[in-house]
Amino acid sequence: MMRQETARQETRRYELTQVPWLKRLLVSRWPLFLARAVTLAGFVLTIVAGLIGSPVGSHNFAIIFVWIAWWTFLKLIALPFGGRAWCSICPIPMMGEWIQQGALVEPGGKGLGLGRQWPKRLRNVWLPTLGFGVIGLFSAVTLTQPRVTGWVLLGFILLAAVLSLVFERRAFCRHVCPIGGFIGLYSRIAPVEVRVRDRAVCASHTDKTCVIGNEHGYGCPWQASPVSLTQNTNCGLCMECLRSCSRDNIAVNVRPFGADLARRAGRSLDQAYFGFMMLGSVVIYSAVMLGAWGNLKTAAYNVGTPGWFVYSAVLLAFTLGVLPGLFLLAVWAGRALAGSKASLKKAFIAQSHAIIPLGLMAWVAFTISFSFAKFSYVWSVLSDPFGWGWNLFGTAQLPWTPYLSTITPPLQVLALLGGLVWTSIWVRRIAQEELPEKSATRQSLPVMLFCLVFTIGMLWLLVG
Amino acid sequence: MTNSQFSNLKYQLSNRRLQVTALAVLVGVVVLFVPIPLTRRLTASWGLAAPQERHLRIEASRYQYTPSVISVNPGDKVTIDLTTTDVVHGLYVDDYGVSTTADPGQTSRLTFVADKAGTFALRCFAPCGPLHPFMVGKLNVGPNWLLWRAMGVAGIAAFAGFWMIRK
Repeated sequence: MMRQETARQETRRYELTQVPWLKRLLVSRWPLFLARAVTLAGFVLTIVAGLIGSPVGSHNFAIIFVWIAWWTFLKLIALPFGGRAWCSICPIPMMGEWIQQGALVEPGGKGLGLGRQWPKRLRNVWLPTLGFGVIGLFSAVTLTQPRVTGWVLLGFILLAAVLSLVFERRAFCRHVCPIGGFIGLYSRIAPVEVRVRDRAVCASHTDKTCVIGNEHGYGCPWQASPVSLTQNTNCGLCMECLRSCSRDNIAVNVRPFGADLARRAGRSLDQAYFGFMMLGSVVIYSAVMLGAWGNLKTAAYNVGTPGWFVYSAVLLAFTLGVLPGLFLLAVWAGRALAGSKASLKKAFIAQSHAIIPLGLMAWVAFTISFSFAKFSYVWSVLSDPFGWGWNLFGTAQLPWTPYLSTITPPLQVLALLGGLVWTSIWVRRIAQEELPEKSATRQSLPVMLFCLVFTIGMLWLLVG
Repeated sequence: MTNSQFSNLKYQLSNRRLQVTALAVLVGVVVLFVPIPLTRRLTASWGLAAPQERHLRIEASRYQYTPSVISVNPGDKVTIDLTTTDVVHGLYVDDYGVSTTADPGQTSRLTFVADKAGTFALRCFAPCGPLHPFMVGKLNVGPNWLLWRAMGVAGIAAFAGFWMIRK
């Protein structure tokens, strides 16, 4: 049943690289280089504004562009529709990558670096999970203090550069970056993918230029082998394999949303836990940033105080203990109802991948109210990025105005309910991988209840 | 059953499933968003009084309003006296677009008719400190129907998704 479903989804693809001008555009290094130059310039401006600009967050480019404009763009557009597209133009690993490759655009430079392999034990997303948790602990400060945002971004760029000098390729992006983990998890939903056209061609191609590189393109910076790519998590959409494949066997496809969820490969405990970290974080962020509880905001902000320690303990316990614990209970109850003898761990890992759509849509719903209400700050900081009283484009004095406040709650409701329906479909499908129809229904019911309770909780937080 | 009969049956089934799904989505949207006419009998049965004048006092401090949630009935003429205990704070009512600002030690007044039902955010719009963007309160005008309806539809939606992939 599941194999039939996967096969059916495989056929529902449209190959973008069949369109000659589009293929030329994707193969050319210049569009990507220009886009990277723009993001790098924005990144440098963000760090400078953060470090030397106004300490008032709403008057500083760093806070408004990173946490309002970019974060909104990422969660509402880039990630759901483009998967890891942002990673291909992200400025954070650029410096390290250029040093490592010894070139800015075309391959052929003499790069620097030890080129060591990333430790086997850390070839997972436990570090990004931990990183996202740490970001959560300090989020109220990072999101509101320009200097902290500046230092954090500078720290990220230096860490990425150091790791590029020590380890091969994009070790930082794949195994350390918390935002990379976030994007990787939800990129499985995106309707775009890079895949090989014909596996048999790869099997007979011993050179593997897509992995080791050639004069046309670098070996995969994400250390993925295109022939074994079955999901988007570790594909940075950098198009290097499209350039380096000497057999013209790489395709960029448009596909149905969520196509990767049917894939069993890549389901693992670390990915499952990252999903719960994201699910828990969106609940905590909604309560702190959009709730009417002043004491909670103060506790999250005042780092080092007893209130902050309580907040930190609750955040970590909720994301890493309570949510996965309740989910495990639901999976266990489902197994008992279905009379299944399958391993509880295996069932937990498999079922936890069904909640990816619910998590993404919860982030979308959170972002809608967070961003629409604050987006008008963007116009004033464009004219006055440092908060020094400039008025470059005549928009510095535009008053704050919440956008689309009438349709914000209905949009949030639709996002959450859409996520719930989408997840319920996958809860059932994943249960059917191992169990017959009736048992699959029984296995799924408690997990569905978990998802329903989560959705109702988010509804209460966002539109209650 | 021949192959073509089987394919035809499969097509009809999937088509019927699509029709039922489309109908379910339509019903869900109607249940969620169609306004309920507020007749006197209905409002009385929900415990809502007739429109009246309401005088409320809200105290603003970093980074909350006290009380943080205020509730009025649809049609009420609402007067809010805003005071602040520390720095300058503002109060903006989402969707109504009305606002006022209070200086420490002074009271500012805001009056409006609560003619839109639902739950609306109260936001501080005078930068009052690092967490200023997150300083919010809530105004309930009548019951929060969107929330209750959404909760009901959530239950149906979950099992609709479940049903959609039955064999």
